[in-house]
Amino acid sequence: MKLLKELMKNPMSCTGLLFVVALALIAIFAKELSPYDPQAIDTYHILEAPSQSHLLGTDALGRDVLSRLIYGARISLLVGIVAVGIATAIGTVLGAIAGFYGGVVDMVIMRLVDVMLCFPTIFLIMAVIAFLEPSIWNIMAVIGLTSWMGVARLVRAEFLSLRSRDFVLAAKVIGASDWRILFGHILPNAIAPVIVAATLGVGSAILTESALSFLGIGVQPPTPSWGNMLTAGKDNIEIAWWLSVFPGLAILITVLAYNLLGEGLREVLDPRTKRS
Amino acid sequence: MEIITFIAKKLLWLIPTFFGITVISFTVMHLAPGEPMALQANFNPKMTPEMRERLRRAYGLDKPLYVQYARWLKGLVTFDLGRSFSPDRRPVWDKIKERLPVTLLINCLSMLLIIVVSVPLGVAAAVRHNSPFDHITTVLVYLGYAAPSFWLALLAMILFGIKLEWLPISGLHSLMGYSSMSTMEKVMDWARHLVLPVTVSAVGGLAGLSRYMKSSMLEVLRQDYILTARAKGLPENRVIYKHALRNALLPLITILGLSVPGLIGGSVIFESLFAIPGVGQLMWSSVMARDYPVLMGNLVIVAVLTLLGNLLADIGYALADPRVRKGIEGEQ
Repeated sequence: MKLLKELMKNPMSCTGLLFVVALALIAIFAKELSPYDPQAIDTYHILEAPSQSHLLGTDALGRDVLSRLIYGARISLLVGIVAVGIATAIGTVLGAIAGFYGGVVDMVIMRLVDVMLCFPTIFLIMAVIAFLEPSIWNIMAVIGLTSWMGVARLVRAEFLSLRSRDFVLAAKVIGASDWRILFGHILPNAIAPVIVAATLGVGSAILTESALSFLGIGVQPPTPSWGNMLTAGKDNIEIAWWLSVFPGLAILITVLAYNLLGEGLREVLDPRTKRS
Repeated sequence: MEIITFIAKKLLWLIPTFFGITVISFTVMHLAPGEPMALQANFNPKMTPEMRERLRRAYGLDKPLYVQYARWLKGLVTFDLGRSFSPDRRPVWDKIKERLPVTLLINCLSMLLIIVVSVPLGVAAAVRHNSPFDHITTVLVYLGYAAPSFWLALLAMILFGIKLEWLPISGLHSLMGYSSMSTMEKVMDWARHLVLPVTVSAVGGLAGLSRYMKSSMLEVLRQDYILTARAKGLPENRVIYKHALRNALLPLITILGLSVPGLIGGSVIFESLFAIPGVGQLMWSSVMARDYPVLMGNLVIVAVLTLLGNLLADIGYALADPRVRKGIEGEQ
């Protein structure tokens, strides 16, 4: 509760938080909120500009853009949050092990991080996706598996500085298992930067998903995703600007909201980054 | 002398990292279910199991994994990446080689643009901290960071290419009358075609880097030696540009090195969007065609490029930082 209050004090993180909550509500109540069925094809109203009946216009199959945007929020948020969940879990475990045990284990894990960081993420993802069916579950898994390195580095640094603290020694003395010390004692003390990184990560995972869908190797039509809606925008770029403008705006707002919230959390949770 | 040991150490580290890159690329390709030739085979009604087997053997897919890896690695060091699965059956390295310069050109240009714009922007925002100028750039930075780059590209295409008709939106040069242009006209033609891709691909990096520049500069401006410089009565310009900027630029070198994969990754999007025949477009088309050797070759080449970019950043950092130069390394 104190955290919430702190977040609401800062206008930037407050805006971020409100938008994040609003977007989550939109995604949950997509069915109730959308004026049309997002899949309903209406051949009489193809590529109509925004009007009273279709607030954000219609696409090349006469489907309502606003309704598709609302349903697209589901996909984006789901992919963003699940992918980040996977990445955070992998990064936390590997980072914790590397930081706590040090030595050869640390070296091997950190080498792996260095190597993974050499691949432009999108190339790596594309290489994997090429052999998988581009379903939403595969996208989440692949994004998660290719974006854990930042968290691993972060957690490792925290564990390095925490592992020689007295409370860790105390836990060792009373005979707690390594696993317990790692995740029961040290991790709670290192969780703040992980939360910040995860929040910021949602934004970038959403960007990645939309880029993949835009390239045609992400979420497949007819399932509406903001990225594949933009593909339709590109195809009709000369006649229907609304197909390009609105989905992009939706991505921008969502990513911005998560970034603002993440920055706000960083300021509240991490006293070190407090700047004048 | 310390700097030589430093660079030698970094060079030595290249070997295991390069090895790691090849292992990961290879594993990724082979863990993925579905055979690389499935597309060729499954859609061919005349395909018999025997033919399928022969095809597998022809591509060496029947050998154990480590044999395949060893063969591939041996080829790799001699730039023999196999042949494309596409009907032209050309060597993969030839395909990549002819496309690499375009991608590198665009990436270098946008890197240049990023540095030229974001350094002064970051410095100005730090010097005038909390001024309206600072607030406006902060908002722009947030927007630039959150906006999907391909969307910005689409908007730029609509605005400058279609509505205003100022700039061409596809290809590297005009298709009509290009061969009859003089050299000067050709350069101008290229430049006009490159404006949009280079600018738009720089946006993300621009936002990120100017932010780093600002916080790095703010950090430096709080240091004691800046206070000393001011106390001895140096003019403010000298304090900022001579004392502060040089120190604030240091972390930038590392950040630039780290931004290489992001930039190259962006090539996939921009090259397919602006129809530029570079490595990114090749990657995209090879994913679409399941052209497995090209895919793998691309992945490795791009990762090695990134590795070299990081090495350059490390060396640049060592040359620029007297602490590293003199061998007074903190951690690491």
